[in-house]
Amino acid sequence: MNDSQGILWEVFIQSKPGQPHKHAGSVHAHDNEMALQNARDLYCRRSEGTNLWVVPASAIVASSPEDIGSFFEPSNDKVYRHPTFYSVPEGITHM
Amino acid sequence: MNSLKLDENQLIENFEAKLAKNEMIEPKDWMPAQYRKHLIRQISQHAHSEIIGMQPEGNWITRAPSMRRKMVLLAKVQDEAGHGLYLYSAAESMGISREEMLDQLHTGAAKYSSIFNYPTLTWADMGAIGWLVDGAAIMNQVMLQRTSYGPYARAMVRICKEESFHQRQGYEIMNVLASGSAEQKEMAQDALNRWWWPSLMMFGPRDEESPNSEQAIKWKIKRETNDQLRQRFVNQTVSQVEKIGLVVPDKAIKWNEAKNGYDFGEINWDEFWTVVKGNGPCNKARIAAKIKSHEEGAWVREAANAHAEKNNKTKAA
Ligand SMILES: [Fe+2]
Ligand SMILES: [Fe+2]
Repeated sequence: MNDSQGILWEVFIQSKPGQPHKHAGSVHAHDNEMALQNARDLYCRRSEGTNLWVVPASAIVASSPEDIGSFFEPSNDKVYRHPTFYSVPEGITHM
Repeated sequence: MNSLKLDENQLIENFEAKLAKNEMIEPKDWMPAQYRKHLIRQISQHAHSEIIGMQPEGNWITRAPSMRRKMVLLAKVQDEAGHGLYLYSAAESMGISREEMLDQLHTGAAKYSSIFNYPTLTWADMGAIGWLVDGAAIMNQVMLQRTSYGPYARAMVRICKEESFHQRQGYEIMNVLASGSAEQKEMAQDALNRWWWPSLMMFGPRDEESPNSEQAIKWKIKRETNDQLRQRFVNQTVSQVEKIGLVVPDKAIKWNEAKNGYDFGEINWDEFWTVVKGNGPCNKARIAAKIKSHEEGAWVREAANAHAEKNNKTKAA
């Protein structure tokens, strides 16, 4: 396995200071530094970002698609977490 | 046994329901084995095309006629490398490794777009390629932004954004040549003559000769057929040819009011299949150059590997 392409890294770009990092794609690289440089060369050729995260793909823990129902269920029946659940007297603003 | 079968049916049903709602299929979702196979083939071929496509243009980087043209061509070829890498990643998300894909390319098991098996003889070819070849690719890629496999669709969105300059820089080269000296104009026309038909071939066989197409449309991998895309390309390109004073190298080209598009001549399908089967003008040279660069880069990958291993050891110690 001497001729490998390196491991897979997921790339996250912050488009502007203050913005959250967003997944852009992935790169192959052999170490942290190369992963950052490859990510810059591949995903930031047109000033797409101000900050980069690279994460080994194997380090990401993901929920599985079958969970789409049950795993997220607990949030569905809690309408009282949304402001529209509450009534306020007519004429009240800024709330 | 029975319940297993039921499960499979249920899975297919869910998969098809998702497609019907125009929801995207993501890497960890269940998908039919044939869908996966079809996409691995298509995405890896697409990736290989971007990578091999660097060669005909790379051929002119050192001979670009000005610093401006050189910078532009260099940036374009670099973009194509990026497109290849986005697409390899998308294919990898379906469970094939990059080594495996490269191996398939090097051994000839995987194909790439036949257009890159034509030689680039003059500087005007850089114009014709950007304008026509990237133009035809864009037509296809715009459609693929809505393909049903999420990672492929997202790669396409990124690629389409980058492609727009590729086509414009090519058309600009052609326009400058076409409005230059008689010799320059002739060079532009010659490039158009040589690249016109291969560009139309890029959309693939006619619909009735393209058995995979029907399934690809059913799975929403493709949203339009080869002939539909080819027709649209002709419709939009003819006026671009005329605008810069060149002539479409097809005597049969004629506006057809009834279909609101151009009629055009028959493609030389014998030539098409000859090149697809590996006997075009540059097939062997392209693969040989690719293998050479891969082998000459082996020491870099080995050194990077060794360096990473050493670092891991010191960290562990
Ligand atoms: Fe491209
Ligand atoms: Fe391009």
